[in-house]
Amino acid sequence: MKILIPIKRVIDHMAKIHIKPDGSGVINDYVKMAINPFDEIAVEQALVLREQGQATQVTVLSIGPVGCVETLRHALALGADQAIHIQTDIPLLPLDIAKLITHIVQKNVFDLVISGKQAIDNDCNQVGQMVAALLGWPQGTFISQVVVEGKTLLVKREVDHGIEQLRLVLPCVLTTDLRLNRPRYASLPNVMKAKNKPLETYTLAQLNFKPREGQKTLQILEPTSREGGILVASIQELIEHLKKEQVL
Amino acid sequence: MNILILAPAYQGHLHASMGPVLTAAHQLSPKGTIDAIVFEASSGCAAASCAMYVGLTRIWRVVSQDFEQTIAPEWIVPTLVELAQKYDVIMAPANTFGKNIMPNLAAVLDVGQVSDVIKILGPRQFERPIYAGNAIEQVESTDAKILLTIRPIAFDAAVMGTSPVPVENCSLIMGHLKDRVTFISVEKPPSQRPDLQSASVVVSGGRGVGEDFSLIEQLADCFGAAVGASRAAVDAGFITNDCQVGQTGKVVAPDLYIAVGISGAIQHWSGMKDSKVIVAINKDAEAPLSKMADYVLIGDLFQVIPELIVAVKKEKETA
Ligand SMILES: Cc1cc2nc3c(=O)[nH]c(=O)nc-3n(C[C@H](O)[C@H](O)[C@H](O)COP(=O)(O)OP(=O)(O)OC[C@H]3O[C@@H](n4cnc5c(N)ncnc54)[C@H](O)[C@@H]3O)c2cc1C
Ligand SMILES: Nc1ncnc2c1ncn2[C@@H]1O[C@H](COP(=O)(O)O)[C@@H](O)[C@H]1O
Repeated sequence: MKILIPIKRVIDHMAKIHIKPDGSGVINDYVKMAINPFDEIAVEQALVLREQGQATQVTVLSIGPVGCVETLRHALALGADQAIHIQTDIPLLPLDIAKLITHIVQKNVFDLVISGKQAIDNDCNQVGQMVAALLGWPQGTFISQVVVEGKTLLVKREVDHGIEQLRLVLPCVLTTDLRLNRPRYASLPNVMKAKNKPLETYTLAQLNFKPREGQKTLQILEPTSREGGILVASIQELIEHLKKEQVL
Repeated sequence: MNILILAPAYQGHLHASMGPVLTAAHQLSPKGTIDAIVFEASSGCAAASCAMYVGLTRIWRVVSQDFEQTIAPEWIVPTLVELAQKYDVIMAPANTFGKNIMPNLAAVLDVGQVSDVIKILGPRQFERPIYAGNAIEQVESTDAKILLTIRPIAFDAAVMGTSPVPVENCSLIMGHLKDRVTFISVEKPPSQRPDLQSASVVVSGGRGVGEDFSLIEQLADCFGAAVGASRAAVDAGFITNDCQVGQTGKVVAPDLYIAVGISGAIQHWSGMKDSKVIVAINKDAEAPLSKMADYVLIGDLFQVIPELIVAVKKEKETA
C-alpha cells in the first residue's frame, strides 16, 4: 500500500496571530511556522502502518511557498520516504488544493490518502472530503482509529454524538482527528538522513494548473474581545453575581 | 434566491442545529424559497419534525433503510447533485454532519465552500472565524452555486409552528460507491443530561479535575447543565470525546459557562468565548482564563466545588 499525506505549513499553534493594519491578511513574516498539527498526526499514522508492514511507501506533499520545503524535510525526518513540493506563492483555496492532490494521486498511483481534518489557519475542514469526491473514493473523516483488514479499513470516527465505526474499501481517503495518535519526535540522525531523501518540486505551470476563481477574501478583522472580569472573593459573592446576571 | 438546507438528521431524528441554519437562510434570502432535504429510514421522524419549522416551503424526504444508522456522503451526494440544479444556495450546519458531507458535494459540483459562517453580510458575502477565532475573515463567493456551512451558535433558532409544510418524496440515486462504505456501529455515551450544543448552562472540566469527573457532573446536575471538557481532559480519558469544547471540538454559547480546572488555551477559548457569562474556577490566578472570564474564583476545585454545589442547591430550593 502506498500512502500520500498532504501537509500544510501553518503558523505554529502557540504563536500569537497579528493582523495586518490594512486588514489584507495575517502577518506571516518572522512568525514561527510549523506543520499543521493534524497533518503531523497523519504522517505518524502512515509511519505506523509502514512499521506494521501494511504500507510500503509514505509520500508527503505540500503546496505553497518555498518555506514548505522545511516542513517537508521535517516530515522526511519523522520517517516519510519521499516528498513532493508544489511551489506557488498564490494562496489557494481548498478546492484547488484538492485538485492538485488528486492530480498527484492519479499520476503516482496511491492506495490511501490521509490528510488532516482541518488546517489550523483557515479552519476550513474541506480538503480531504473534496479529494475523496474528486477521486471517487470513499472517505473516513475525523478518525481516531484505523485497522487494516485485508482490502478494507476499519475506522473509528469522532462525531458529535459519539464514536462511529465504518468499514471502507481501499482505496480511500481519511482525515485525522487529534486522538488518533501521538506523533513521534525526529531524532538527530534522522534529521541528517532527511536531507538526502528525494524531494521533487513542481510549479503550477509545469502541472498545467490554473487556480480557479470563486471566492475572495475581502478583509481580515480583529475579533471582538471580552473585557477581563471580576475576581470574586467567595462562593457567596459568585452566587450573588450569577443571580444578578439571571443565570441562577 | 432558492435555498436548499441539508437537514441534520441522525437515525431518523432531526438535530436542533436545523433551527439556526434556517434563520441564516432567511437572512440570506428573506423572500426566496427555502426547502430542506432529509435522508432517513422509513421509521424516521426527522422530515415530519422539519416540516414544522416556520419559513420552509417544502421538505424533500429521501427514504432508505441504509439511513437507519448513519448517513454517508457516498450514499447521498448523487441525489443532492441532481437536486442542486434547482437551487442557488445549499447549506448545512457546521457540525460533524455538515462538515462531513458538504465539501464532498462541493467538489462534485465543482464549486467552493464557505465554512463556518457566523454572519451574513450580503447575498454573496459572509463572515467566518479563522485561526481559532483569532481573526475574522470576510469573504465573497462568486461561484455559480454557493455552498455554506453555518455555525449554529451564531444564529438564533427559527421557530416551529403548528401546521406542517408539505413533505414530498424524492427518489434516491445511489452512486457507485454504495458498497464501499459499511456502517459497523456507533458508541453513544449514555447521558441523561441536556445536549452540549443547546444547553443553557454548561459546566466543563479540564486536566485539573483529574480522573474522577463526578464533581463536575454533580455541579452540572444542580444547574440542569450539560457537561463539557477541555481536550486535555478528553485525551487523559477522564471523559468521552463528544464533550470536547473548542476549535476542533464543539462550539458552544450557553447563557452560563463554568470552566473548572481549565487553563483557557486559545483552542478551548474559541469554542466557548461567545457564552453570555463565563465563570472560571482555577487555583492559578495567572491562567489565561482567570484573566478572560467574567467571574473568577481562585481556589482548589476539590474544596470549592463541593461548597458551590451546596450553595447552588440552596439557591434553587429557595427560588
Ligand atoms: C491543533 C490543536 C487543536 C486543539 N483543539 C482543542 C480543543 O478543541 N479544545 C480544547 O480544550 N483544547 C484544544 N487543544 C489543546 C489546548 O491547546 C490545551 O492544551 C488544552 O485546552 C488544555 O486543557 P486544560 O486547560 O484542561 O489543561 P491545562 O492547560 O493543563 O490546565 C489545567 C488547569 O487546571 C488548573 N488546576 C489544576 N489543579 C487544580 C485544582 N486542584 N483546582 C483548581 N484548578 C486546578 C491549573 O491551574 C490549570 O490552569 C488543541 C490543541 C491543538 C494543538
Ligand atoms: N497547501 C496545502 N498543502 C498540502 N496539504 C494541504 C494544504 N492545504 C490543506 N492541506 C491538507 O488538507 C487538510 C485540510 O485542510 P483544510 O480543508 O484547508 O482545513 C490539511 O490538514 C492538509 O492535510
